[in-house]
Amino acid sequence: MRRVFSRRPACGSGDGGEVSDSNRNASPALLSCPAPGPEGEVVVLGHGSGGRLTAELVSKVFLSALSNPILDRLNDSAEMKVGASRIVFTTDSFVVSPLRFPGGDIGSLAVNGTVNDLAVAGGQPLGLSAAFILEEGLPIAELEAIVQSMRTAADRAGVAIIAADTKVVEHGKADGLFITTSGIGVVAGSTELGPERIQVGDAVLVSGPIGDHGISVMSAREGLEFQTTIVSDSAPLNGLVSLMLESGGAIRCMRDPTRGGVATVINELAKSSGVEILIEETAMPVRDGVRAACEILGLDPLYVACEGRLVAIVDSASADKVLVAMRRHSLGRDSCRIGSVTGSGASRVLLRTAFGTTRLLDVLAGAQLPRIC
Amino acid sequence: MKFLDEFRDAAVVRTLLERIRATITRPWTIMEVCGGQTHTIVRYGLDELLPREVTLVHGPGCPVCVTPIEMIDLAIELSKRPGLTLCSFGDMLRVPGSACDLFDARAAGADVRVVYSPLDALDLARREPSREVVFFAVGFETTAPTTAMAVHQTARLKVPNFSVIAAHVRVPPAIEAILSSDDNRVQGFLAAGHVCTVMGIDEYRPLVEKFKVPIIITGFEPVDLLQGVAMCVAQLEEGRAEVENQYARSVRNEGNVTARDLMAEVFTFVDRRWRGLDTLPKSALALSDRYAAYDAIRRFGLTQAPTNEPIECRAGEVLRGLLKPTQCPAFGSSCTPDHPLGAPMVSTEGACAAYFRAGRLAAAATGAK
Repeated sequence: MRRVFSRRPACGSGDGGEVSDSNRNASPALLSCPAPGPEGEVVVLGHGSGGRLTAELVSKVFLSALSNPILDRLNDSAEMKVGASRIVFTTDSFVVSPLRFPGGDIGSLAVNGTVNDLAVAGGQPLGLSAAFILEEGLPIAELEAIVQSMRTAADRAGVAIIAADTKVVEHGKADGLFITTSGIGVVAGSTELGPERIQVGDAVLVSGPIGDHGISVMSAREGLEFQTTIVSDSAPLNGLVSLMLESGGAIRCMRDPTRGGVATVINELAKSSGVEILIEETAMPVRDGVRAACEILGLDPLYVACEGRLVAIVDSASADKVLVAMRRHSLGRDSCRIGSVTGSGASRVLLRTAFGTTRLLDVLAGAQLPRIC
Repeated sequence: MKFLDEFRDAAVVRTLLERIRATITRPWTIMEVCGGQTHTIVRYGLDELLPREVTLVHGPGCPVCVTPIEMIDLAIELSKRPGLTLCSFGDMLRVPGSACDLFDARAAGADVRVVYSPLDALDLARREPSREVVFFAVGFETTAPTTAMAVHQTARLKVPNFSVIAAHVRVPPAIEAILSSDDNRVQGFLAAGHVCTVMGIDEYRPLVEKFKVPIIITGFEPVDLLQGVAMCVAQLEEGRAEVENQYARSVRNEGNVTARDLMAEVFTFVDRRWRGLDTLPKSALALSDRYAAYDAIRRFGLTQAPTNEPIECRAGEVLRGLLKPTQCPAFGSSCTPDHPLGAPMVSTEGACAAYFRAGRLAAAATGAK
């Protein structure tokens, strides 16, 4: 724990959902505080955490202006019918710092993130676009390496980047580079996914250990040194999803737990389907390295970002069949069941501890903050 | 994982609960001093597993919770100065001052940064010699040695642009204040293990002798806490009042002598107002005269104006163990982690935030006492 945290939030989302701090050069002498409360009159970093502040911003600013039946569903990808085909479409911006971390970089992350948003909606990617905001002074060699990494990631996912755009901003107006990717995919005719399909009794599955990405990026960003290097899980999930869909199991819905981690996406699923979900703390797969880092830093791995994992809600009767299919894929080898849908009516997520007590597993207000002692 | 799983072992927890049940014959009220302990209790639902006779109340041991509002205002004021960087620990940034918090100040353009150690803030000052770097030093005796080391290093290396707002506080005066108050209901204490890792256990002996209450130096894992409760209940039932060390794997009788020596060199005891506990004599650590040059309050000529806390917030009673968070009328309605009225709803160590996050319902909503 040796480095100063700079403008970035200390932890939490880890996938770089942060807001660029371009206000920093304003004259502080002229500043006054906004109204009390972190959600006052200006954007604060917590608005990018994936927690309640993000949800508030989306609802109050974006949905109120842009509302339409497709956007209002707030799914990872938007689904549209084009003739007889069902198309899914999504977009995501990447502002991660540092640009490279163990197991990936901003380029591979930008490809995998968008491929995964399509995949969990049941879509096989048809093509991606990429838009680059480059900061004056960024070494061309670094840009080349990142773009090459995008190519490698796209090849791995079996998709091409078929449209792109570039803008350059003055030094100090961006943190090296920001990338926005969009993706379009096609859903097979028989696939029906969505939180409205979730039923009481369903099983909750996760495709592997959680929190690797967030802790990896945070360790790289802050120069935290642990005995073992924690490698990001960033990876394309479309291959894994194909095996799951082919298994014939009744999959109700899937999500990739990026910003806000597993706890946040399960809360989103509970909310949008109006059910109660019970998670077993002892069943949650967390690597020892991630667990140790979280213990030291005072973080809860349930809220730490993953970039190559998915949460699936499936009919309990087909849970074993789906798990067998998931474990056949290298990215799903450690898949397991972590909980169940236990009731309807109250939208909430409960966590059962090793001692048999239960507590509410809530959505955080903003990013997780390291504790003092 | 070694050193962790054995202290979260369900079978050991069951054994300890049985031991407590077998010992207890009447109601006892026990206070866990540290916010980290409160966090564990609520996170694992330990209070629900204990027999009804044990009432756990939550103490003032959350450093951000007891930092007076005027010190937060002072840090916010300072953060707005041009050319100045204010550093502090993460959960200090969201604690409301009288008008806003440090996150708001940052969003409005102030250079506010989160650090894990005051030594990181000192490194920053050395890397950026053109900026004044101020560390807002909060915490109990646990974190005070790192501030002492940063100040000591600053003097040794003659770093001209680093200073601290010393807001460190001490546990024993807080326990004394709780035990001295007319409305005290606490009969035994689980003292904060990490504080004693630094300070040792001798400071607690006079309290035990004066007030005849058991004080158990206790760790932070579920097994630690239940063992602490078991030791405390045993003393209460037997009519004993002693200092006992449950957290012996970390706490030595004399504490960490190197850290204590450094603290004695850098700090001096001063009176300080605490949120909810008023002014407590010799309860805080200020920089000694020898290190006065690194005191940000003096360096920048700041004056502390006494500030009133929101009337609706009853954090003071919560911090003294007189009120459960859920018994506060504002809990979960006008006071939530998104819109905190007081510090205990902000920090992960704050009792109100711990209750809220675990989904404990307001007394009004459940009809509970």
